[in-house]
Amino acid sequence: MDDQSLPASRGPLIYRQSIWTRLTHWVWVLCLFFLLLSGLQIFNAHPALYIGQESGFEYDNAILRIGAVNTPDGPRGQTTLFGQTYDTTGMLEMSGSADNPTFTGFPGAVTIPSYRDLATGRVVHFFFAWLLVGTLFVWFLASLINGHIRRDLVPKGRDVTGLPRDVLDHVRFRFRHGRSYAPLQKLSYLVVFVVLFPLIILTGLTMSPGMDAAWPWLLDLFGGRQTARTIHFITMSLLVLFFVVHVIMVVLAGPINELRSMITGWYRASPGTAREAGDKL
Amino acid sequence: MSNLIINRRRFLMGSAAAGSGLLLSGCDQFDFLGQRDNGVRNVIEQANVLTYKAQRALIGDQTLAREYSASEIRQGQKPNGSTEPSTPEYMFLRQQNFAPYKLKVTGMVDREIEFSLGELRNMPARSQITRHDCVEGWSCIAKWTGTPLGPVLDQAGVKPGARFCVYHCFDNIQRTLSGDIFYYESSDLIDAYHPQTILAYGLNDQVLPVANGAPVRLRIERALGYKQPKYLHTIQLVDDLTPFGLGKGGYWPDNGYDWYGGI
Repeated sequence: MDDQSLPASRGPLIYRQSIWTRLTHWVWVLCLFFLLLSGLQIFNAHPALYIGQESGFEYDNAILRIGAVNTPDGPRGQTTLFGQTYDTTGMLEMSGSADNPTFTGFPGAVTIPSYRDLATGRVVHFFFAWLLVGTLFVWFLASLINGHIRRDLVPKGRDVTGLPRDVLDHVRFRFRHGRSYAPLQKLSYLVVFVVLFPLIILTGLTMSPGMDAAWPWLLDLFGGRQTARTIHFITMSLLVLFFVVHVIMVVLAGPINELRSMITGWYRASPGTAREAGDKL
Repeated sequence: MSNLIINRRRFLMGSAAAGSGLLLSGCDQFDFLGQRDNGVRNVIEQANVLTYKAQRALIGDQTLAREYSASEIRQGQKPNGSTEPSTPEYMFLRQQNFAPYKLKVTGMVDREIEFSLGELRNMPARSQITRHDCVEGWSCIAKWTGTPLGPVLDQAGVKPGARFCVYHCFDNIQRTLSGDIFYYESSDLIDAYHPQTILAYGLNDQVLPVANGAPVRLRIERALGYKQPKYLHTIQLVDDLTPFGLGKGGYWPDNGYDWYGGI
């Protein structure tokens, strides 16, 4: 082989991401961005989360409540989480300038539209919800056929045995760029596809009175419509956490190389990676 | 090692800045989507038509909404929207304890008919403990008692061309310089003939209170709260929703909310 002719410092350029993976990835970026910001707009219409079938107005089953209180020094934003009350002036419920504050749960900087408009939030949310589900379907079909799921995502024996070393590598910020995903990377993508996406879609459907009639098991599965709404919110937070970690990992692992692989498909592997047919120099 | 830490910090700060930049761009760049006649909005609004068609295909026409047990009624029904209509017509009826009240069925029917409250109460009754889901996000479980709408429509004889019921209400939900805007809603005939769609006159074993829509409120149990018109006085059978209000089929749909209201 012409391995010897390669400069020692460079690994082979491998075709890592198919057109299906790349296309669906960027559509999801778009979807999750709009779903998050329109979702926070919808949340602001009733900024409280409950456990159970209904919302307690004459009793308390709320685990989160965002509101404003009047104090001798003027109004303050207040957030109650699991019975603990925090002053969240400037972030939640009260934001903007001190002279002219706005009173919404999440500030306008993170909602679509930036002002209060539940109707538009719903229009945006449901459009991108359909787009997300449609793209997931396309991705699943394509990845099943082209082997992406079997080859790159389903954990193998060596992923299990390689896990401790991968954890250590991550702690040391030392990343190897192989032909397929590293064990922790695989695990995080699997959690998103197998846990978070199904959870956020199904809890979203549980909030639909129409779907509750069609699939009453949704209500039993999640312990009621209001619990489903709470799980929807928590799953959203976990997806935001995934996004943050994902972007940090891209930056740490070499943003140019990572972005190139998600745009063109071509990825520079670490030096020492065995060459295969189809690789480029 | 110190090199690594600086790198790590720089990387973390860089990615945090990138992340917050993406969020801040949500600020007001997308406010145009709030304009009701914006072309992009009109395109993405079609997702609501898709939702309506998908749910109609997926959910049997007769499939019931979940009914709860009496022990799950843990509070009164939270009133929302109009809670005390102030039109002279409604104030008079209320003063008379709704004795002169008539529910009219008009439009594309064989014979226009009307029912007094006593007549409605003497018709076959149905009670159901259901969950009221407000579009704002909250839910409230209550027991509703009334007479199913389907047989009432059959008495009037719905003409073959009719496609929708328009529900006209007493409450002036909004006052404008050009006069009061009255609440109205509409549904297709599938929702109108659904077994749980009742003309409710009772709430939690009491006479329906004014705050919750006295004397008669429609329940469409597989839809959100704004599809449950209160202070109902006329049901009009039509084949077209555009002549009413702003043409979207209801007060809230005229204000940008989806007409179907099943999600």
